[in-house]
Amino acid sequence: MAHELTWQIVRVLLYVVGLIAFAAFNAAYLSLLERKIPAWFQLRYGPKEVGPWGLLQPVADGVKLLTKQLLVQAESDVLLFKLAPVMVVVPAIMCLALIPFSEVLWARNINVGLLALFSFSAIHVLGTMLGGWSSYNKYASIAAARVVAQNIAYEIPLLLVMVTFVMVTHSMNLFDIVQQQAGGFWHWYLLRVQASPLMPVAFVIFFICMLAEANRAPFDMFEAESELVAGAFTEYSGMGFGLFFIAEYANVLVSCSLATVLFLGGWQCPFGLLPGLHWFLIKMYALCFVVIWVRWSFPRTQFYGLLNLSWKFLIPVAFLHLVLTAVMLKLF
Amino acid sequence: MWTYFKELGQGAWSLLVGMWITLRFAFQRPVTVQYPYASLQLPARFRGHIRLLLDEQTGQHKCSACMACERACPSGCIKLEGHKPEGATKRVVKTYTLDFTTCSLCGLCVESCNFDALDFSKDFNLAAFKKEEFIMDLVKRAEQERKK
Repeated sequence: MAHELTWQIVRVLLYVVGLIAFAAFNAAYLSLLERKIPAWFQLRYGPKEVGPWGLLQPVADGVKLLTKQLLVQAESDVLLFKLAPVMVVVPAIMCLALIPFSEVLWARNINVGLLALFSFSAIHVLGTMLGGWSSYNKYASIAAARVVAQNIAYEIPLLLVMVTFVMVTHSMNLFDIVQQQAGGFWHWYLLRVQASPLMPVAFVIFFICMLAEANRAPFDMFEAESELVAGAFTEYSGMGFGLFFIAEYANVLVSCSLATVLFLGGWQCPFGLLPGLHWFLIKMYALCFVVIWVRWSFPRTQFYGLLNLSWKFLIPVAFLHLVLTAVMLKLF
Repeated sequence: MWTYFKELGQGAWSLLVGMWITLRFAFQRPVTVQYPYASLQLPARFRGHIRLLLDEQTGQHKCSACMACERACPSGCIKLEGHKPEGATKRVVKTYTLDFTTCSLCGLCVESCNFDALDFSKDFNLAAFKKEEFIMDLVKRAEQERKK
């Protein structure tokens, strides 16, 4: 009994440290990729001076951020100002704890995993908004207002797609959802057209909404450098900014992991061979590449364009998907 | 209703086209020249500061201190002194000082030279800490160039 308890505590500690390390490592190296990949798109080399192939660039960036002073404006709401970056990072890491990485590697497997994940991932909007609002800066306040409007607009199609998804899977347990997709890529929910012919479209809607939820370009309205200085981060310096930065990449990581788990079969192999962690990572990083690819291909949308896309296109199509799936479920 | 679907289709298609363009570029060679390690070939008509041209046969500069360049310079940044060494038939320049801080690279000195002794150099790495470093002795520079 005592032995069991010790093992549980050790396991919790290992997962907490491991997940934070995983998030931080990915934030560092996705930020390197975020500079390398656009460099390829723009016929440049990207960072290549610090370490071989620029591999130590994130370390140099980290050291630079750590040595900077944390400035707090006199008029700002100090408590909220300091709390906001933490409120943005912690939910993202909590979301990672719910992701099943492979059949044996998962921190927490709960029956309402999907629901818990969306609940946690909704918190970072609040953190960003409080950060922008407590900065006592007009640009940050505008960004705070935008981030709320944007996230409300995109949570609706996202959750509509998820409601439909749960109707098909009959489960909110992420582990079970991956198990249902075992076999080959034709079993993935991405291609389950017998459940609803709009399933691939649902994946695209999900992906667009996740981009918007993670505040990635072309939906980076709240960090619109060309109009709002640095958006909600305007007044943040040093590691306060660094935490927002880590949170952005942690959110990308969560989004891509979730897309992998829900639509691309998680750790299952596309041909039914050797399932395992490697397949999860391959799919997840491929999606991360697409996220970066999208960011450096499209210009930022205007604000009304962003809301138009959600209310005029994504939500009607998501509703259509919902109705169609319901009909299909009744008929077959 | 028709415009709605048309807009949707065209929008989606334009997104795909955009992504295809960026992906295609990702596999092309970078055009960056890694400047401190490599630099571009300068164009033939590049205008750096002036230098004394060396004669290919004798290896000496051809300036005979006729002062045409000093007179032609609108900024007054050229100062030269000539002398006639013992036993020589021609005058030779002794000191040729170019004050590059006021030079506007108009090239009138090169045009006015009757002996083809002046030319633009291709030197563009011209950062310095002191103003005095831009007051150049061209005779000395020509000597250094000859030794190379």
